[in-house]
This record gives sequence, structure tokens and C-alpha cells, in this order.
Amino acid sequence: MDFTAFARYGPELASGLPLTLLLVGQSLALGFVLAMLIALMRLSTNPLLSSFAYGFVYVFRSTPLLVQIFLIYYGSGQFRPFLQDIGLWVFFRDAWFCAVLALTLNTGAYTSEIIRGGIQSVPFGQLEAGRAVGMAPLQLFYRITFPIAIRQALPAYGNEIILMVKASSLASTITILEITGIAKKIIAATFQPVEIFIIAGAFYLSLNFVITQGIRYAEYRLSPKSPEARARAEERRQRAVLAR
Amino acid sequence: MNISLLTWGPDGWLDQMAMGALMTIAVALAAYALGIVIGSGLAAMKLSRSLILKGIAEVYTTVIRGIPELLVIYLVFFGGGAALRAIASGMFGYEGYIDPPLFVTGMVCIGVSAGAYSAEVIRGAVQAIPKGQIEAAIAVGMSKAQRFWRILVPQVARFALPGLGNVWQFTLKDTSLISVIGLVEIMRQAAIAAGSTREPFTFYLVAAILYLGLTSFSNRGFNWAETWANKGVRRA
Repeated sequence: MDFTAFARYGPELASGLPLTLLLVGQSLALGFVLAMLIALMRLSTNPLLSSFAYGFVYVFRSTPLLVQIFLIYYGSGQFRPFLQDIGLWVFFRDAWFCAVLALTLNTGAYTSEIIRGGIQSVPFGQLEAGRAVGMAPLQLFYRITFPIAIRQALPAYGNEIILMVKASSLASTITILEITGIAKKIIAATFQPVEIFIIAGAFYLSLNFVITQGIRYAEYRLSPKSPEARARAEERRQRAVLAR
Repeated sequence: MNISLLTWGPDGWLDQMAMGALMTIAVALAAYALGIVIGSGLAAMKLSRSLILKGIAEVYTTVIRGIPELLVIYLVFFGGGAALRAIASGMFGYEGYIDPPLFVTGMVCIGVSAGAYSAEVIRGAVQAIPKGQIEAAIAVGMSKAQRFWRILVPQVARFALPGLGNVWQFTLKDTSLISVIGLVEIMRQAAIAAGSTREPFTFYLVAAILYLGLTSFSNRGFNWAETWANKGVRRA
């Protein structure tokens, strides 16, 4: 193994880190808003809204992300004259826009299912109590449903964030030079795949480690702090450690 | 969109796309089988008493689940080629250029990540078996192999089925990544067709529909298998 490679290519690979972070951050933020909408549509009593949401989620979860990215980035080229006419071509010719759009739609579909699970796990009694003290539907949503649903959904959402960090590597296939894109470029030029893999892999692993810790901290902050609840959480943690 | 491109025969691309789909299925099946073998091994390591084995399995699953599959593919593709060339020139004195076989590279890359995911599923399934059953098997004098094949395997298969169904969906979709190194499966075939007809949307849409069909179809298969595996189970 060539240890000088670490010093030589480390900085170049590190320069891809901001792009990876930006890609993941933008898509997660937009995707979360989309996911809220889709989850509420899916849970609505209107059959049209709910079946649209079901179809959206089904299609995006059943096809590979790579197809979605190529369909948006390369596929839009087929409609170039039309897109130019309506002034949207400036967006679709931009690889960054296409990557963020594809990742947003993709994470929106997965996250909406996570949020839906969280919303459905809110005990009916809590909503009943809220109604009994005279809360309006909107109040009921952001004071009771949303906080409880988020707490329930947090561990699953943490997994989704990590999957998104991994998924952002696919942006390299449409010319975006984030960590994986740079890694491929260097590997193809130097033929030192093992060294480059170790550096790039270390970036991803440390990123995911930070995210895992962040989620764990958020879970702690959002969980009830009464002595009994704390004892229960501690017991759960012990059991998780033992299970490992 | 030119519909005549989507016909069977020399003028249309439908037969090529179908061949691509067959290749996707073949790679996915091979990778899935490899993944279950790796996953079973890792699950056994995680459940063993040896701290070293546990540690190795833990590191494997953490690393593989935390690193993009694309990066693993580049490692195996470029690294595998270098390794093959080193073996060829060291052992056989052959100095020419050797490319790693694409099918095997794809199978290994996707199988390695399927292994990490199925390890957790299989470990959970093993732990779901009540201890009393193993004790009962020992009590009636079953050997270790008998306990494994008669008590563990049938029930682990049943408990692990839903989780392994998810792993299969992942595996099937991940095979699309192999197209970046040139294996002609659905995605690669769609790219070739898109390039020569200048209708990228048409062919990536066909690709999407093919994947949708494959996942829906296999989803049904897994649901059927679950019903079949659970038909002898008492339910309240």
C-alpha cells in the first residue's frame, strides 16, 4: 500500500465533501416538505389525493434512483424545444438541479411512509384529549400529532438520512464531482483503487457516524424526561447494547 | 416519442431491452444468493461467543452499510483488474491487459452489500426462535446437525422471509449501478438505445417500467411465499 497517496489525494477528495453535504442537505430539506405533503395526502379521506400519494410512493420506491436521475437529466433532453419554449430548460440542462430534483422526489417518497407511520402511531386518546380541551384542528396537528409523530419516526428517519448520504454518490454519474465523483476520477487516472477507496470511504463513514450521533442526541432531547421514562430509556439502551 | 422504436425485431429495441432485463434478473439472483451466503456467515459470527468473530462481522456490516455501493463497485472493478493482472503476470507470465469479468464483478459488489443487510435479518430470525425448542431437541437426542437442519433452518427461513424480501428489492434496484462499469443490463441497454435513437426519455421510461414490473412481480412472489410458509402456523 502506498501511504503517500493519503497525503497526496486526501485534500482533493476532501474538496468534494462540501458538495456531498450540500446535495444531501438541499434534498433532505426539500424532500421533508414534500414528504409531509405526501403523507397528509395519503392519510386524507379524499380517495383521489390518497391514491395519487400511493401511486407516487409506489413508483419511486419500486424503481432504482439511477433510473430516476437519468430520466430527469438525460430524458428531459428529448423535450428540449418544448422546455425552451416554456422557459424551463435552464433548470433541466443543469446537472445540479436534476440531481437535487431526483434525490428530493426519491427521499420524499421514502420519508412520507416514515412520517405516515409516525402519524398513525399517535394514540387516539391524545387527540381526543386535545379535542376535549377545545383545540382547533391546526393546533391539534402542530401541538399533539406532529411532535409525537416526529419522535416516533426519528430512528427510521436517521436511517433515511444515511441512505441519502450514500445515494448522493449517484450524482457523480451526471458529472457532479462530489466525493465519489472525485474518487472515480483519481482512481481512473492513478490506478490506486485501494488507497482512494480507503480515504473516500473514511469520509463517508465519519459523516455517517456524526449523523448517527446527532440523531441519537435528538432522540434524547425529544424523549420524555420524567424519572420513570428515563429509567425505561436506560433499560432499553442496556438491552440494545447487550443485543449487539 | 417514436413508438415504432419499441417493437420486437431488427428495427425495434424491445428485444434488446428484454435481453437486458434477463441480464438484470441473472445478476440480481446471483448477487442475492451470494448475499444470503455471506449474510448467514456474518449472522453466525455475530451470534458466536468469540469476540474477534463478532468484531469482524460488526466492522463488515458497519463499513458496507455506510459506504456508497458505487464506491465499492469502483474498488472491485479497478482493484480486481489490477489483482488479476498481478496474478496473471506473476503465475503465468502473461503480460497483456485483462479486464475483470463484468458479471462476476457485479455479482460480488452487489452481493457484498446484500450480505451486510441480510446478516441483520438472519440474526434477528435466529434470535426469534424460542430457546425451549433447542432444549427440547437436545432432550430427544438430536445431533447438532439435526438440530440445525430440522429446528433452526425451517423456522429461520420463515421468520427471515419478510426481511429477505426487502433485501431482494434493494438488490434488484442496486443492479442498475453495475451499468456504470459496462455490464449490459437494463440501464446500460437503455443508455445504448437512447444514444443511438436520441430518445433518452423513451428508453429510460421503458427501463423504469421494466424495474417496476420486476419489483411488483417479485413482491407478489414473496407475499405468496410468506403465505405458503405460514400456512401451518396457529394464529389467534
